[in-house]
Amino acid sequence: MSGIAGKPAEHTQEALKGIRDTGLEEVRLRTFLAPAWRTPKGLYGWLVTVDHKLIGRRYIVTAFLFLILAGLSALAMRFQLAQPEAGHIGPDLYNQLFTMHGTTMMFLFAVPVMEAFAIYLVPLMIGTRNVAFPRLNAFSYWVYLSGGLMIWIAFAFETGADAGWFSYVPLAGPEYGIGKRPDFWAQMVTYTEVSALAVAVEIIATVFKQRAPGMSLDRIPLYVWSVLVTAFVILFAMPAVMVSSTMLILDRLVGTKFFDPAAGGDALLWQHLFWFFGHPEVYIIFIPATGFVSAILPTFVRRPVFGYLGIVLSLIAIGFLSFGLWVHHMFATGLPQLGESFFTASSMMIAIPSGIQIFCWIATIWGGRPIFATPMLFVLGFIFTFVIGGLTGVMVASVPIDLQVHDTYFVVAHFHYVLVGGAVFPLLGAVYYWFPKITGRMLSERLGRWNFWLVFLGFNLTFFPMHILGLQGMPRRVYTYPPASGWGEMNLFISLSSLVVFAGFALFFLNLLLSLRNGRIAGDNPWGASTLEWATTSPPPSYDFSRLPVVTHREPLWAEPDVLPVVEGLRVDAREVLAGTVADAVPQVRVPSADNSIWPLLSAIAVGGAFFGSIYTPWAVVWGAIPVSIGFICWFWPKGEPEDEE
Amino acid sequence: MRHRPVADISHLPTYDFGSASPMWWGTLAFIALEATGFALAIGTYFYLAVLARHWPIGAPAPDLLPGTAVLAILVASVVPNHMIEFWARRQDLAKVRLGMVVMSIVGILPLIVRIWEFPALRISWDQNAYGSIVWFLLGLHTTHLLTDVGDTIVLTVLMFTQKGKAGRRFSDVSDNAFYWDFVVVSWVVLYLVIYWVPRM
Amino acid sequence: MARCMSLLASSRMLTRPRMSLAFTCPTQILTGIVPGKAAQQCLRWVSAAPMLVLAGCGDRQSALHAHGANARRILDLIWSFSAVAGATWLLVMLVLAAALLRRRLSETTRSPLEIDSHQERRFAQAVGSAMALTVLALVMMTTASFFAGKSIASLSGTETLAVRITGHQWWWEVRYPGDDRSQSIVTANEIHVPVGEPVEVELDSLDVIHSFWVPNLAGKRDLIPGRPSQLTLIADKPGTYRGQCAEFCGYQHAHMAITVIAESREAFEAWQSRQNAVASAPGGEEERRGQQAFLSTGCALCHTIRGTPASGTVGPDLTHLASRRALAADTLAMTPGALAAWIADPQSIKPGAKMPRIALSADDLNAVVTYLGSLE
Ligand code: HEA
Ligand code: HEA
Ligand code: HEC
Ligand code: CUA
Ligand SMILES: [Cu+2]
Repeated sequence: MSGIAGKPAEHTQEALKGIRDTGLEEVRLRTFLAPAWRTPKGLYGWLVTVDHKLIGRRYIVTAFLFLILAGLSALAMRFQLAQPEAGHIGPDLYNQLFTMHGTTMMFLFAVPVMEAFAIYLVPLMIGTRNVAFPRLNAFSYWVYLSGGLMIWIAFAFETGADAGWFSYVPLAGPEYGIGKRPDFWAQMVTYTEVSALAVAVEIIATVFKQRAPGMSLDRIPLYVWSVLVTAFVILFAMPAVMVSSTMLILDRLVGTKFFDPAAGGDALLWQHLFWFFGHPEVYIIFIPATGFVSAILPTFVRRPVFGYLGIVLSLIAIGFLSFGLWVHHMFATGLPQLGESFFTASSMMIAIPSGIQIFCWIATIWGGRPIFATPMLFVLGFIFTFVIGGLTGVMVASVPIDLQVHDTYFVVAHFHYVLVGGAVFPLLGAVYYWFPKITGRMLSERLGRWNFWLVFLGFNLTFFPMHILGLQGMPRRVYTYPPASGWGEMNLFISLSSLVVFAGFALFFLNLLLSLRNGRIAGDNPWGASTLEWATTSPPPSYDFSRLPVVTHREPLWAEPDVLPVVEGLRVDAREVLAGTVADAVPQVRVPSADNSIWPLLSAIAVGGAFFGSIYTPWAVVWGAIPVSIGFICWFWPKGEPEDEE
Repeated sequence: MRHRPVADISHLPTYDFGSASPMWWGTLAFIALEATGFALAIGTYFYLAVLARHWPIGAPAPDLLPGTAVLAILVASVVPNHMIEFWARRQDLAKVRLGMVVMSIVGILPLIVRIWEFPALRISWDQNAYGSIVWFLLGLHTTHLLTDVGDTIVLTVLMFTQKGKAGRRFSDVSDNAFYWDFVVVSWVVLYLVIYWVPRM
Repeated sequence: MARCMSLLASSRMLTRPRMSLAFTCPTQILTGIVPGKAAQQCLRWVSAAPMLVLAGCGDRQSALHAHGANARRILDLIWSFSAVAGATWLLVMLVLAAALLRRRLSETTRSPLEIDSHQERRFAQAVGSAMALTVLALVMMTTASFFAGKSIASLSGTETLAVRITGHQWWWEVRYPGDDRSQSIVTANEIHVPVGEPVEVELDSLDVIHSFWVPNLAGKRDLIPGRPSQLTLIADKPGTYRGQCAEFCGYQHAHMAITVIAESREAFEAWQSRQNAVASAPGGEEERRGQQAFLSTGCALCHTIRGTPASGTVGPDLTHLASRRALAADTLAMTPGALAAWIADPQSIKPGAKMPRIALSADDLNAVVTYLGSLE
């Protein structure tokens, strides 16, 4: 072997191994591919699988379970706030509730659910068979799950985090943080960051290298662009919160002094580090949501999105700009005026790329012929609502205005408008849109319409009045307020309206459950959409595509509706995918794709155990390193994959 | 949908080097995120330094010797590292095996010296914010070094087994070498921050 | 009267109802200080019919009712931003509606990829113009915001008076630095300012981050341990304004309010000289007993009453407690009944507050309340 020199293309021996799909009939092809890409049946299969669809699906389901938990916490808060001086929920529980609500919504629902869809959809949309690092993918899910379980179990044992979703020090610091509550919060953050970073790395490598031949940069679906930009934002933002949550844990556990002003530390340092992550975080949630819109809209107006290039550049611009805004969360801390003006200007600037996207979508609608199916309704609800949220964002970006409305219900209204209107509406639309692909069955349109109108109206009735409450002086994060404040009526109205939202979500989940069994059979491409995921069956087979597609047009299935151009020559007796050049997707390598393995799970348990133990003793990290390394070594150690045998 | 074959890719290799391999991009992404972590930690260092009236707070500047020794070892390691990279691309198994052994040793050496480096900071982590951040920076780089050396050793062992003969192991070796360069570069920067900024 | 109060306290009638003073109408304040049955009835009435109290009173803590230069400047800005935002939203919605509802030629069989290039060009122009308009609006808003900020900043440096405020979990320590130490005023949860004069508020915190916010007068400013800061307030109308801690600070963040009383220069100076004095000596037997009990049951560990040995600094200075309008950071109105209720069981009124429940006999409790009630 050592004698072979030079260019890889000359490894002829290597290149000729294995059974190829060339000339195989479809039926024969499947009898080879199915066993090669198979996930074993039963519990064991569930634990070892590295199939991006199974992992994506369980990610989605888990994220929605966290949405339910966080949503129910919101209902509990609304119950307490419905009247002034209500005594249902005391300050101790209330503080845990809003912290768990915010933390769960941001870290355990919104970010993971966006990643989850990316994990499911990206390989299908770019025409490959799995993500670039399938085992890392499995690992990321288990780490995410253990973080979420840990913080909710802690909550059940009255150790719920209670310092707000951004846990400012010193309140969360060694002196004022109550018991182990902030430690659980900080370590949960570490878990979810590890998993998010893993997914980001995966998405970048997958989109860069594994696109179908011919899918040059200007033919990448806009949704895939959006998750690619998001992955980069994650890559550069999440380390900030890992650094800061580690510092917090160290301050609390071993007595470092990062945030202690008496020993040269600084309380504002936490805020800078947190928001350096925290602001991009909201775009990590928002950018993929705009991707959903760009994917759904063309299907339901029957034309390609207007301004493809403009939208791609806007996404990139939003990604970049999001790193220059963090201080707008800290205006009330009193920074020098000039610095504040800079952050006002940069915050406002981000309205330009956001606006471009809105304008392009409206132009798309103008030029097409809208069909008002449920996914489309959510897109329209999104535009209606998000523009309000964006505009109130521009208002709070003004320093003087923010000094009045910061930490009031005005801000609560702003961020629910952008989070729910801007991200959850497109997400619900995405569920209606891709449910047929994922399950093979359609969701009920009738329930869908009810679902949409209840959530849409309920949402606006719940959150619009909060703008007024904020201006009338109601601070956020208060467990109660005095009767004489005059906020009682409006709060009662809000609480009642939130029941409408609840009903809407209940219908949503009901629709999912009912349609899973009884929904109409979908077929490959029920909406007549244009992107590659609709070229395969619903649900897709374990290998996604029986032959890998070749892309000749930005809207492949509209350009060639009946026949899919494909490549031949891949192995069918072992897992293999294609890797190509970054810019033009010219095939370069047939890359083996990792097989099922239990080690990602075991490694995640080891890593999780070490993090969890570190809450109680720093030695957990030292001792935990042993099982962690064993886990990783076994994970990476090649185990008789065909091409490893000489 | 019906299929229409338009291209035959059966001649393509199953592994390749550098940017042709997805693993290389994965490695690059990890480098990017770790570099961001380092940059933020260094940012914190300067943030605290600007805030403090005297820097370093309540301690003399760290002892130069152990840190400089680590620097010397790491900088020197660049030579065998690049030779390995070259041999890996040539798929010269014997030389790669030798190189990997050398690199494992070169990786363990700075870890040993590091044992003296922590006391050489001449401040404890819990004394004040300066102590906290220098321990943090050094700890970060140690973890970083430790994981990569672990990686290198596993790969070295692998190269001596039957599985080491598979062609794509050479691609792994080359990615590992790529990552080591980052380990070295990050120490050059951290070294300047930890040891020379307090002397300015 | 004292018996009546201890009755109130022990029957726990008063441990629940809370009434915040600055929010309450003047008539309420009058009835509030009538002790005994009237107070009880009044409190009941308050909790039973909050909406009635509201009328005309909900604006004591509102950014929409600006009564100071700082707040007024911001309110103008809020209105103009709202107008731009409203118009923008309306415009976008109108175009969206038009795009959805416009009549289309009935060429149903058209392929989705057939694009009208003329139309595409018009779209590009439309998107371009909309973008240009957006940039224009943003430049205008940034500029307006900048100048409003500048004009607010220009207030500082013109102050005629300084107040030093320290945030504590969950009350505000207030000091008026005098020329020499003996002259300085120490009080809590209530500041008095002369109308029309810029007042410099110096802010600091000794525990966690709080935020000082009196929306009728000015925007908020955080109190960050280790980073003293300042804010300039002007009240241009006499009145009582309510402020509330705006940065989440733990259990009782919700009950960390402050009252700002703006009054004429004379009234302010009269208040100042009263506050400067040490506490009045106990006047009668009951008050003397009360002072005794106060000093011997541990209250003095945490509270200062100038002129007595009590010099604790954990809790608010009580030297002129009875001159204040509210108790425990505007959690209760300052009535003898409320005072008794508070001392009897602060934890059920403000769970988590840093004042423990101290077991006092009914007699001691009455005496302490009488004594504290005399500290005008
Ligand atoms: C999906 C999440 C999301 C999104 C997309 C945004 C978008 C924006 N946000 Fe928001 N924000 C949050 C989530 C989000 N935000 C959260 C969670 C918080 C609170 C965190 C906490 O404290 O708990 C927050 C808080 C927050 C603050 C701090 C407030 C405070 O705490 O006091 C600020 C201040 O500048 C701000 C600004 C903005 C701006 C300028 C945008 C812009 O990106 C909006 C741009 C969009 C538009 C403007 C609409 C479309 C444009 C047009 C139709 C063109 C025409 C427009 C004009 C002429 C202006 N946000
Ligand atoms: C994506 C993010 C997201 C989402 C979707 C929501 C959704 C909601 N939020 Fe959230 N909220 C935040 C993110 C989010 N929030 C954040 C970050 C904060 C700040 C926290 C902090 O200050 O630290 C916050 C704070 C916050 C507050 C302020 C608390 C305070 O400051 O004191 C309030 C108050 O009303 C509130 C209400 C709601 C309501 C009513 C919903 C509703 O839309 C929820 C609707 C959902 C449901 C009701 C669940 C549906 C469940 C079912 C239908 C059950 C079905 C049952 C089975 C199948 C078993 N939220
Ligand atoms: C351990 C410390 C501590 C002790 C002991 C203590 N207090 Fe307090 N007290 C406080 C604190 C802290 C507050 C502020 C509570 C708040 O508003 O959150 C307070 C508030 C008060 C107030 C309201 C002050 C105001 O301005 O609103 C009164 C009155 C009072 N205490 C009386 C007493 C009496 C009488 C005793 C003894 C029987 C006592 N305190 C014992 C700590 C203490
Ligand atoms: Cu003090 Cu909130
Ligand atoms: Cu932000």
